[in-house]
Amino acid sequence: MDKAATTEKPEFNPTLASTAVGMLERFGVVVLGVLLLLVVPLSLDVFRLGLAAKYLCFAFPAVGIVLIWGYGGILSLGQGMFFGMGSYMMAMFLKLESAANPDSSSGTALSAFFGAAGLPDFMVWNSIEELPWFWEPFHHVWITIPAIIILPPLVAFILGYVNFRNRVGGVYFTIVTLAIAAIMAIVIIGQQGYTGGINGITDFKTFMGLDLDNDTAKYVMYFITVVLLLLAVLVGRFILKSLLGRVLVAIRDQEDRARFSGYDSAMFKAFVFAVGALFASVGGAMFTIQVGLASPSLVGIVPSIEMVIYAAVGGRLSLIGAVYGAFLVNGAKTFFSENFVEYWTYFIGALYVFVVMFLPLGLAGILDKLRDVGKRSG
Amino acid sequence: MSDRNRRKFIKTSAMAAAATALPMPFIWPKGASAATVKMGILHSLTGTIAIAEKSVVDSELLAVEEINNAGGVMGQQIEAVIEDGASDWPTFAEKARKLIEKDKVASVMGCYTSASRKAVLPVFEKLKGLLYYPTYYEGLEISPNIMYTAQEATQSSIAATEWLYENRGKSFFLVGSDYIWPRTTIKLCKITLDRLGGTVAGENYYPLGHIEFSSAINKIKATKPDVIVNCVVGGSNVAFFKQLKAAGIIDAGTTVLSLAVSEEEVSGIGSENTAGTLTCMGYFQSLSNPTNEKYVSAFKKKYGANRVTGDTLECAYIAVHLWAMAAEKAQSFDVEKVVAASSGLEIDAPEGKVKFHTDNHHLWKHARIGEFLPDGQAKMLYESPLIEPDPFPKL
Repeated sequence: MDKAATTEKPEFNPTLASTAVGMLERFGVVVLGVLLLLVVPLSLDVFRLGLAAKYLCFAFPAVGIVLIWGYGGILSLGQGMFFGMGSYMMAMFLKLESAANPDSSSGTALSAFFGAAGLPDFMVWNSIEELPWFWEPFHHVWITIPAIIILPPLVAFILGYVNFRNRVGGVYFTIVTLAIAAIMAIVIIGQQGYTGGINGITDFKTFMGLDLDNDTAKYVMYFITVVLLLLAVLVGRFILKSLLGRVLVAIRDQEDRARFSGYDSAMFKAFVFAVGALFASVGGAMFTIQVGLASPSLVGIVPSIEMVIYAAVGGRLSLIGAVYGAFLVNGAKTFFSENFVEYWTYFIGALYVFVVMFLPLGLAGILDKLRDVGKRSG
Repeated sequence: MSDRNRRKFIKTSAMAAAATALPMPFIWPKGASAATVKMGILHSLTGTIAIAEKSVVDSELLAVEEINNAGGVMGQQIEAVIEDGASDWPTFAEKARKLIEKDKVASVMGCYTSASRKAVLPVFEKLKGLLYYPTYYEGLEISPNIMYTAQEATQSSIAATEWLYENRGKSFFLVGSDYIWPRTTIKLCKITLDRLGGTVAGENYYPLGHIEFSSAINKIKATKPDVIVNCVVGGSNVAFFKQLKAAGIIDAGTTVLSLAVSEEEVSGIGSENTAGTLTCMGYFQSLSNPTNEKYVSAFKKKYGANRVTGDTLECAYIAVHLWAMAAEKAQSFDVEKVVAASSGLEIDAPEGKVKFHTDNHHLWKHARIGEFLPDGQAKMLYESPLIEPDPFPKL
């Protein structure tokens, strides 16, 4: 019950508990776990499973957005920035590994021609002769993974704290996040010698010596993604159920009162913003491993707004809803674009309009309505 | 062998032209062709690049129709499976995988930007697919799973620079969008200028989509170069040409040569803004030879008299034919066999006779310099002999 923090816990109602709706309410994480760990892998072929894994990567930032927007009241239109940080850090590691690998076909041809072995191919084209210092640490997986987990939350915390401390909040903070996401995309595109520019970083061969493109690897990566995602949802729940979550909601609803009561509201908000960044970063890293590229098109404003849409479609007060939202929107994109190749964007637009007009609380809102109906009839 | 293929191609096109004149039910007898072979088409139909890529799809479908009307490939009708890359590189990778793994296509005609090609390249290499890439690009790549049917940078940049140096002047101003194609092209241009003894008056790069070129225009006014080499790509050209025109630079007699503006782009920029400027391409719609006339008239017949063809469209059109010819020659749709059969394969294309290099997957092509007329068409000023593709130039 992700809504525990906002609404009072519904009294135990035997008729409700026996309905499907009640089950979903009570055992949301279990249902999600069964769906993702059993139903999805058993019913999809490897190609579709790979797509499902990609959708789930977008669920990470969406879960974070539920925390920071739904419960923290901070609308961030810049989560793509943290998704991108995780994605690029993982891509840097993978790129260095394949650049050092003599079997990588295009890499060998390039270095044979330019005589610069061991450098990522785009640096070779951009006549960069030495690996830039900030690339050096990403030779090592045991620096890369901690960096993915630590750096984006740290950046988010500092960014959040400085702004919230100076009472920059609400729409102004939203604009700040939007601007920073845009700046990051522009820097990545502009500094192509160091970042791969608009092409992004592509063409990875292996991850720690393991081939990423066979069926076993796909299943393994899918399950790792699911486990991490469920973990993120549980961490989110834990936060919301703790005192921290209640203070957060208090700050969202009446920040001044919370502050007068002695809570350092900037600290709370910055903390939850950092947690959101952590989720987004992990999602980005998993995306890069599975899809095989990092791209500036996943960093800027548009993807950041899409991530908010996933959360909105799922219901911005429901952590689990965010997973369904990301899955539904991305699944719909694939479905419509495969079947109505010319007009699919209209369908996606219609989906957004439908959700905003008729389901202001997203998919989770349907559940609420059904529960109300159940209550009335019960 | 190549001669026979050429004749076959001519025959195919002629039959196709005849067949398009017949009513549809005659061409598509119900259930007549049980055997079909799938071919993927993967371009952006939505998003920022769609404006350029949609017509590429049209050109490819025209070629598919011609081949099908002439009996298909090895007697099998081509079934085109169209997917939308949505101007988004991760989407391109997803759709490439879908085409190869789910649809099991024998080949894919696709991509426009280098970025999208870089995104799908690992997919094609790992899943052993075959991509035909129809856009002029920067070179520096030979993938065993990609055939490149347009010019790589050395085939246009060096020839254009030499011609400009001979005919238009010695001081060059270089402007481009900021990514790998303009940077490689301009680098080749500078190296060529160095060799010839020309000078670089200035060099400016702008992000894709940029619309404010006053800094470059001020520098151009201050340095008064003989030649401006324009490697600005896409929609930015609208602003760039309007600002050049407004600053009086085009009318003052400075030569502007664009390397990424074809007839197709001119219709967006406005032909009054490009009139008098030069372009360097492998193909112009105005080329006069029977194959081109047939291609242009078939294209206009199918899609409307106001439509124009252009370099990328033509390269996409011959890509489909080149694949069909290679499959016929190999008597197989197996990727390795088709690639092997492509080596040295010659085609009588709308741009003239061109042929695949024996081992680097690129075409021997002409570089052609044309001057844009007020109606948006190009008048050819210079045609180079066939230039050997050299994707990894020794500099």
